[in-house]
Amino acid sequence: MSETFTKSMARNIFYGGSTFFFLLLLALTFDTESSLHESDNRENLTEQVAHGKRLWEENNCIGCHTLLGEGAYFAPELGNVYKRFGNSKEAIMGFIKSRPVDGIPGRRSMPQFNFTDEELNAVAEFLKYASEINTQNWPPNIQG
Amino acid sequence: MNYQSQAVAKPYFMAAIGLFVGQILFGVILGLQYVVGDFLFPEIPFNVARMVHTNLLIVWLLFGFMGSAYYLIPEESETELWSPKLALAMFWIFLVAGALTIVGYLTVPYATLAQITGNDLLPTMGREFLEQPTITKIGIVVVALAFILNIGLTVLKGRKTAVSLVLLIGLVGLAVFFLFSFYNPENLVRDKFYWWFVVHLWVEGVWELILGSLLAFVLIKTTGVDREVIEKWLYVIIAMSLITGLIGTGHHFFWIGTPEYWQWWGSIFSAMEPIPFFMMTLFAFNMVNRRRRNHPNQAAVLWALGTGVMAFLGAGVWGFLHTLAPVNYYTHGTQITAAHGHMAFYGAYVMIVLTMISYAMPLIRGRKEAASRKSQVVEMWSFWLMTISMVFITLFLTAAGVLQTYLQRYTDTPMSFMVVQDKIEIFYWLREGAGLVFLVGLLLYVSSFFIGQNEPEETAKV
Ligand code: HEC
Ligand code: HEM
Ligand code: HEM
Ligand SMILES: [Fe+2]
Repeated sequence: MSETFTKSMARNIFYGGSTFFFLLLLALTFDTESSLHESDNRENLTEQVAHGKRLWEENNCIGCHTLLGEGAYFAPELGNVYKRFGNSKEAIMGFIKSRPVDGIPGRRSMPQFNFTDEELNAVAEFLKYASEINTQNWPPNIQG
Repeated sequence: MNYQSQAVAKPYFMAAIGLFVGQILFGVILGLQYVVGDFLFPEIPFNVARMVHTNLLIVWLLFGFMGSAYYLIPEESETELWSPKLALAMFWIFLVAGALTIVGYLTVPYATLAQITGNDLLPTMGREFLEQPTITKIGIVVVALAFILNIGLTVLKGRKTAVSLVLLIGLVGLAVFFLFSFYNPENLVRDKFYWWFVVHLWVEGVWELILGSLLAFVLIKTTGVDREVIEKWLYVIIAMSLITGLIGTGHHFFWIGTPEYWQWWGSIFSAMEPIPFFMMTLFAFNMVNRRRRNHPNQAAVLWALGTGVMAFLGAGVWGFLHTLAPVNYYTHGTQITAAHGHMAFYGAYVMIVLTMISYAMPLIRGRKEAASRKSQVVEMWSFWLMTISMVFITLFLTAAGVLQTYLQRYTDTPMSFMVVQDKIEIFYWLREGAGLVFLVGLLLYVSSFFIGQNEPEETAKV
């Protein structure tokens, strides 16, 4: 780099530039917060959904699955599984409930979590709520 | 080694390498579970092995950053570390907390771990990369604070250079953004939004400052190029990192329930994120070409150049590949993401830590400038084995990802996830093969610390 462009000029670009863009990020964050209610499906965020989210976390479902495309890539996307399963909570509950304790020989396996009926319902409610978030039409099709 | 207290870096580096070995062992287990689905099931389900793999990665990189800072800061500040005792105490706290957490993952079901660590009081667990029990997270914050206090006070009482200042800003940023891991709202969209304030603002923000300053330090030491020149480069690089990377966070806000305008902000700014990585490549090669001397530690120079190249490939090229919203619409959350994640983490952060270790370890162990020829040859072999096998891991995952994207998301007759996974199995086998070569390279790397210890030090070629 040339002699006329000095270290202190470079330093000023760093401090000035990063301060400016940090403030811009803050501004965009505030704007996002103010319009988030239009897309985040919060009207359906019931106590059951919150319970379902806690179960989702405390059983580390994200360690195998993606949810809205984030997570692990070992098992199917679950952001739209409610729709994939024909808008049926029962189908989701039935699937989770029926996982064999020792897995399926040779096949990628999902653990048996021994959920109570109430817990199963909460997880299914959570997945239903997730499927109704406005994701700008993602995923491209029902396969997730 | 000019200051006695720099030696506290040694246990940090040793722990880093030990945990690195653990990380890769679990990587190989994961790779096998991809093709032999019930391997180790139900004893070690995939999610548990994955948690161990990724958390070990983060923890050993943190050990590496801290060790690097403890080595670098006294030298740059031209004074002893404020408190080597505190540094050593924090080492043990961090190691024990880390080990207990990993043992917890492996011995009790995750839900039980959540229960016994009181996740209900302050629920933070169960989100990708942030799986640690809340109490472990608090431990990380305590260690980070003591660490920053220690090096901060050292900088204050000594010479202040651009390198140490940038490193300090990066480390403070690392600690500050980690605080977002304690925020876990019930609203899933908001949870995801702020989750990226840890993950993205780490790897595409403040960690780049750490990366840049460590690279600058090793280049100053090994090339003898004027500090003014190197520090000017450093400022320009990190300026570009934050100018592009802060708003670039938007490339994660396309499809998670956030406003549509992020598709524009995220695409445009993240498309410029490769610039600072490309500058790092130019930086490393330029400085080595303009070197005033041939440094006898050729291995360290190789790692430094390798970091420049691989960080650009993994983060810059493989990041750009899927960062524009219309592309990401199809590739989001596929093996393309995994391909990029692997090469970027390896090329940028694994390699910079190994660069620092390569430069500093011989000095800490009493050499004047470098390890013996024999030891360096083994180390350079391990460089090539690990780097080339990582390139192949990335290529195989990219092939798998392109097919997955097409078969599951793009054709007129999309197939289900599990069917597609079966069809692309061959690439997972190939990835596993490359992973085993990586493991061999890593074991060779470890052995380089034991080989040629009684031989004379390598001297500079003229
Ligand atoms: C160890 C990995 C693992 C974990 C942890 C896991 N799953 Fe799964 N899950 C799978 C696999 C593999 C499949 C595909 C099974 C098959 O098709 O045979 C699956 C399938 C599913 C399906 C059906 C998806 C479809 O489209 O067919 C649902 C629903 C589901 N999981 C929910 C959950 C929930 C809820 C949790 C957490 C409580 C969870 N999973 C945790 C591995 C896992
Ligand atoms: C230094 C080397 C390595 C680094 C830095 C690394 C890093 C990572 C990271 C960051 C993730 C999370 C990926 C994401 O969310 O996109 C991950 C997951 C994973 N890694 Fe590695 N890894 C390394 C080596 C390996 C090796 C050698 C293997 C296997 C042979 C491996 C297999 C896996 C698998 C299977 C996953 C899970 C992917 C999924 O979610 O489906 N890794 N690794
Ligand atoms: C060293 C720097 C970088 C590292 C370590 C890194 C690592 C990662 C990891 C681990 C993920 C997966 C996160 C998850 O699990 O969901 C990811 C995602 C992503 N990265 Fe990077 N990255 C880096 C730089 C970049 C750059 C410079 C770009 C853009 C040019 C980029 C673009 C992306 C995109 C678009 C995604 C989302 C992928 C998806 O939609 O699934 N990354 N990165
Ligand atoms: Fe990012």
